Amino acid sequence: MNGLHLMPPVASSVAPRLDALFWFAVALCAVVALGVFATIVFLAVRYRRGSNASRAGGSGRTLTIELSWTFVSFALFIALFLWSLFLFTELHTPPRDAQTIYIVAKQWMWKTQHPGGQREINTLHVPLGKPMRLIMTSQDVIHSFYVPAFRVKQDVLPGRYTQLWFTATRAGTFPLFCTQYCGLDHAQMIGSVVVMAPADYAHWLRRQGTPSTLAQTGAALFRSRGCSGCHGTNAAVHAPELHGLFGRAVHLSDGSTVIADERYLRDSIMLPNLQIVAGFAPIMPSFAGQLDEDEVLALVAYLKSLATPEQDLGASP
Amino acid sequence: MSDAATVAADHGHDGIEEHFDDASQQREAAAFGMWVFLATEILFFGVLFASYTICRVLYPQGFAVASRHTDLVLGTIETVVLLTSSTLVMLGLRALQLDRRRAATALLGSTAALGFAFLVLHGFEYYREYTERLIPGLNFHQEGPQARAVELFFCLYYAITGFHSLHVLIGATLILILTVRVARGAFGPRRHTTVELTALYWHLVDIVWLFVFPLIYLIGRAG
Amino acid sequence: MSAIDTAALPAPNFLARDDSLIAWLTTRDHKRIAILYTLGITFFFFLGGAAATLVRLNLIEPTGTLLSAATYNKSFTFHGVVMVWFFLLPSIPVTLGNFLLPLMIGARDLAFPRINLASWYLYMLGGLFTIAALLAGGVDTGWTFYTPFSTMFANSNVYLVVIGVFVAGFSTIFTGLNFIVTTHTMRMPGLTWFRLPLFVWAMYTVSLVMVLATPVLAMTLALIGLERGAGVGIFDPALGGDPLLFQHLFWFYSHPAVYIMILPAMGVISEIVACFARRRVFGYTFMTYSMLGIGAVGFLVWGHHMFVSGQSLYAGIIFSLLSFCVAVPSAIKVFNWTATLHKGDISFDAPMLYALGFIGLFMFGGMTGLILAAPALDVPLHDTYFVIAHFHYVMVGGSVMAYLGGIHYWWPKITGRLYSEGWARFAAILMFFGFNLTFFPQYMLGYLGMPRRYHSYLPEYQLLNILSSAGASILAVAYLLPIAYLLWSLRYGARAGDNPWNARGLEWQTSSPPPLENFTRRPTVREAYAYDETAP
Repeated sequence: MNGLHLMPPVASSVAPRLDALFWFAVALCAVVALGVFATIVFLAVRYRRGSNASRAGGSGRTLTIELSWTFVSFALFIALFLWSLFLFTELHTPPRDAQTIYIVAKQWMWKTQHPGGQREINTLHVPLGKPMRLIMTSQDVIHSFYVPAFRVKQDVLPGRYTQLWFTATRAGTFPLFCTQYCGLDHAQMIGSVVVMAPADYAHWLRRQGTPSTLAQTGAALFRSRGCSGCHGTNAAVHAPELHGLFGRAVHLSDGSTVIADERYLRDSIMLPNLQIVAGFAPIMPSFAGQLDEDEVLALVAYLKSLATPEQDLGASP
Repeated sequence: MSDAATVAADHGHDGIEEHFDDASQQREAAAFGMWVFLATEILFFGVLFASYTICRVLYPQGFAVASRHTDLVLGTIETVVLLTSSTLVMLGLRALQLDRRRAATALLGSTAALGFAFLVLHGFEYYREYTERLIPGLNFHQEGPQARAVELFFCLYYAITGFHSLHVLIGATLILILTVRVARGAFGPRRHTTVELTALYWHLVDIVWLFVFPLIYLIGRAG
Repeated sequence: MSAIDTAALPAPNFLARDDSLIAWLTTRDHKRIAILYTLGITFFFFLGGAAATLVRLNLIEPTGTLLSAATYNKSFTFHGVVMVWFFLLPSIPVTLGNFLLPLMIGARDLAFPRINLASWYLYMLGGLFTIAALLAGGVDTGWTFYTPFSTMFANSNVYLVVIGVFVAGFSTIFTGLNFIVTTHTMRMPGLTWFRLPLFVWAMYTVSLVMVLATPVLAMTLALIGLERGAGVGIFDPALGGDPLLFQHLFWFYSHPAVYIMILPAMGVISEIVACFARRRVFGYTFMTYSMLGIGAVGFLVWGHHMFVSGQSLYAGIIFSLLSFCVAVPSAIKVFNWTATLHKGDISFDAPMLYALGFIGLFMFGGMTGLILAAPALDVPLHDTYFVIAHFHYVMVGGSVMAYLGGIHYWWPKITGRLYSEGWARFAAILMFFGFNLTFFPQYMLGYLGMPRRYHSYLPEYQLLNILSSAGASILAVAYLLPIAYLLWSLRYGARAGDNPWNARGLEWQTSSPPPLENFTRRPTVREAYAYDETAP
C-alpha cells in the first residue's frame, strides 16, 4: 500500500493547467463553504435559545443583500466556466502535427494499432514530447479510454470514431482504465501507456519487427475485398475518386457538403447509403458484418495515404 | 359558512365526494386533473416524435422510400374516421347538456363505433404489412440500398401507431361504457363532467393522429 | 398496526378508526396511504442498503475477492435502481407530501383519493417486478441502462427491471397529478399562493417536474424493451441507430429526476429551520422563485452527463453554461437558510440537527457539482469516484438527511407520540460523521483516477477504500437506530400534544394524530411562518 497521494502523476502537457483549474475550483468551493459554515456556527451560537443577544428589529431591507450574494456567486461561477471553456476547447483540438494511433476497444481489452503496423494489446507505447492523436472505436459496447496521469478521457463508441489527443511530458508507465461500464470484466479492462524518449520509442518500433504498415494492410484489403473493382483506375463502374479524398470537401446528393474525415471514410464503407456523393448512384454495397473494426481502420489508413493522384489505386505498394 | 359545514361536508347522495367543499370545486379539480394528464400524454408521445424526427434527419431518402410502403388510402380513411368521431363526441356532449338523451346515446355510441372501426382499419394495414414482410423482429425482409433505413422507419411506425392504437382502444371502450350509462340516465344537463373529460381524452387521441398521419404517411409522397 | 396503542389516543383520530388489514389496504385516506408508503419506502431503503453493504464490503480488498465480478455488477445495479426509483424519488413526496399537503392547505384530502391509493399499488407492483428481476438472477447494466449493452449484451432480466421502473413511473405521475390539482383547487379560503408554506411550494414544483419528466422515462424504457424484443435498431449502431440517442433521452428525464429528489428536501428544510430558529424564512419570495427556477432550468442541463460521450464541443459548452446557471438558485437557498438563523431563537432538537447537516452537506455536494459542470474538469473526473461522492453528498447527505429530519419533525403529528430526543440527536450526529467518513475519501479516490463500477482496483487505492467502508459501517448503525427508537416510541413514547414544537403552519392546528377529516375546527390562515407573533 503506497502513501497517500492527492493527485495522479503530472504526465501530460495539459495536466498542470487542469490541476491548476481544479485547485482554483476547490479553493472557490472551500471559501464559500467555509464562509457559510462559519456564518452558521456564529449565528447558531450567538442566537441559541436562551442567549443574551438582542433580537430586536427585523432583518431590515433584504433585497440588496439577496441580490448581492446572487450576483457575486454567479460571477464566480462564470469565471470558473470561462476558464474551463478554454481548456475544454484545447482538449478537443488536436495539433495539426499530431501522430495518429488507432485504438479498437472490445470486451474486455484494448487493441492498439500504430501506423507502421505495430500492434499491441492493452499497452500503448508513445514517444515523449510529441502530440499523439488517438482515433478510437469499439467492436461491441461503449467503453471509455482514460489515462489519469494525462487527465484525458473519451468514450469509445461502436459504429463511430471518437478522438482524444495528448502530449506526454514524462517518461514512465501510466495506468489506462476503461471507465464506461461495459460488462462482466469492466474492472479488468486495464492497460498501460508507456512513454519513452523519442530515440527509445523509434528503437521499440523497429524491434516489433516490420509487419506491413497499416496502410499496406489496407491496400491489400482494398484489393482482396474487391474495392478496386469499382474504385480502381480501370474500373468499368462510375465510382467516386479516392485519391486525395481525405480531408477534402465532398458534395452530397442532398445538397450538403461534408469534410472527408475518418468518420466519413468509415461510414462510406459500412453505411454507404447514409451519405451519397452528388452525381453518383447509390449502388455501393455495405461491408458491415464483413469487415471488423481493425480492417476498417487499415482501409482508412490506406485511403489517408492516397495523397496524390499519381499513386496507382490497386497496384502493389 | 359554519365550521361544521366547512369541515364535515356530508354530501349524502348528491354525487359530490366528501373531501370536496362543493360541486364546483369537484368539477374544477376533475377538469384540471384531466388537462394535467393530457400534458403527460403529450410528453409520452413526444419522445417517439423526437426519435422519429432525429432518425428522419439522418435518413431522409430512406424514410421517404419507407413511407411509400404505407397505405395512403387506409390512412386517409382512418383520419376521416377519427375526425368525424371527434365531431360526434362533441355533438353528443352537447346533446347531453340539452337533455336530449336519445340523441346523446346515438352520438356517443357512434363515436365508440368509429373508434373501433379505426382499429379494424388499422388491423388491415398491419395485416398487409405482414404479407409484405415489413414487420421488424418478425419477418422483416427488404432489398435495396435503403433497407436499413426502411427497417428503422417501420420500428418507429409500429411503436407510434401501436401506442396510439392502444389509446384509441382505451378511449373507445370508455366511450362505449359511457354510452350505456347515458342510455340508463346516469348523466344529464347537470351531471356530465365524466363525459366531458372523456371527450377531452378522445380529442387528444385524435390530435396525436393528426401528427402521426403527415409524418408517417405523407412524407415520401410529395413530388 | 397494533403496535400503536391506539386505544390510548384521542378517540376519533385517523389511526384508531377501523383497524383491520382490509381497511388499511382499501383506504382512501391520504394519511393512511402515506403510512403505507412509509412502510414500502423503508423496506426498499434497507434493500438498497443491503446491496450497498455488499459493494462496500467487497471494496475493502483491492482484488475484490468477496464477490464475483458478476455478483458485484448486479449488486451496484440493484443498489442504484432500488435507491433511485424506489426510495429517493418517491420518499418525501409520497410520505410527508401525502400526509401533509392537505393539512397544510386546510383540505380534507387530496383531490383524487382513489388515484392516490392506485399510486401506492403501482409503486408496490413496480417494486415486485424489480425484486423478481433480482430473484431471476439480477441485472448488471448499471441503473443507467446504457445501450447497446442493455439492449444487445445484457441478460434478459432487463425486461423485468424495465417493467418495474415503468410501472413505478406511473405511480409517480399520478402522485404528481394529484398534488398539482390539489394545490390549485383545494386551498382553503384566504390561503393565497404567497401565503403557502415552502413545503407546499416544494411539493407543487416537484409535481410539475414529475409530471413532465417521467413520461419521457416511460417511453425511453419502452423503447429499450422494443429494441431487445424486436431487434429494432434505434439505438444500435450496427443497424444504423445511435447509442447517443439513448443517452440523450435517458438523461433528459434523469437530470430533472435529481431535482425531483432534492426539491422536496429543500421544502422540508425550510419548515424545520423556520420552526427551530423561530423566524420566518429569510427571503420567502426568492425561495419560491428559486424552486421554480430549479425545476425549469433543470430540464435544460442534461448534457452535462455527456461531456465525454462523443457529443459535440458546442453542445458541451451550452450545457455547461446552463448547469452553472442552475446552481445559482440553489446557492440562494443555502444563503437564505443561513440568514434565517440571524436574530433567531435557535434550539438544536434532532430535526434541526438534520437540517443543519443537510445545509452543510448539500452545499458541499452542490459545489462539487459545479466542479463537474466545468467540462474541462469533468474530463478527468467523469465516471470516477468523484462523481459518486458528489451525488451521494447531495442525495444522501442532502435528501436522506432531509427525509429523516422531516420524519422526526412530523413524527408527533403523524403518530401522536414523542420519540427519545437523546437517541435521535445521537443518531443524527453519528450519521453526519459516518457519512463524511464514507464519502469524503471518495472525492480523493476520484481525482486519483479510480473509475466507478469497478469490482477490483489498483492497490494504491486501498487505504481510501478502507476508510470509506469503515464509514459505511458507522452509517449503517446510524440508519438502524431511528428504526429502533421510533418504533419504540409508538408504544412507549410520551403522548404528543397538538403542537409540541410550538410551530406555525396549519397542520399544527389540529390534534396529533389528526382526525379522519383532518380538522374538527376550521384552522386560521395567517402569513406563512408567523413566528414573531406570540400566539401559536
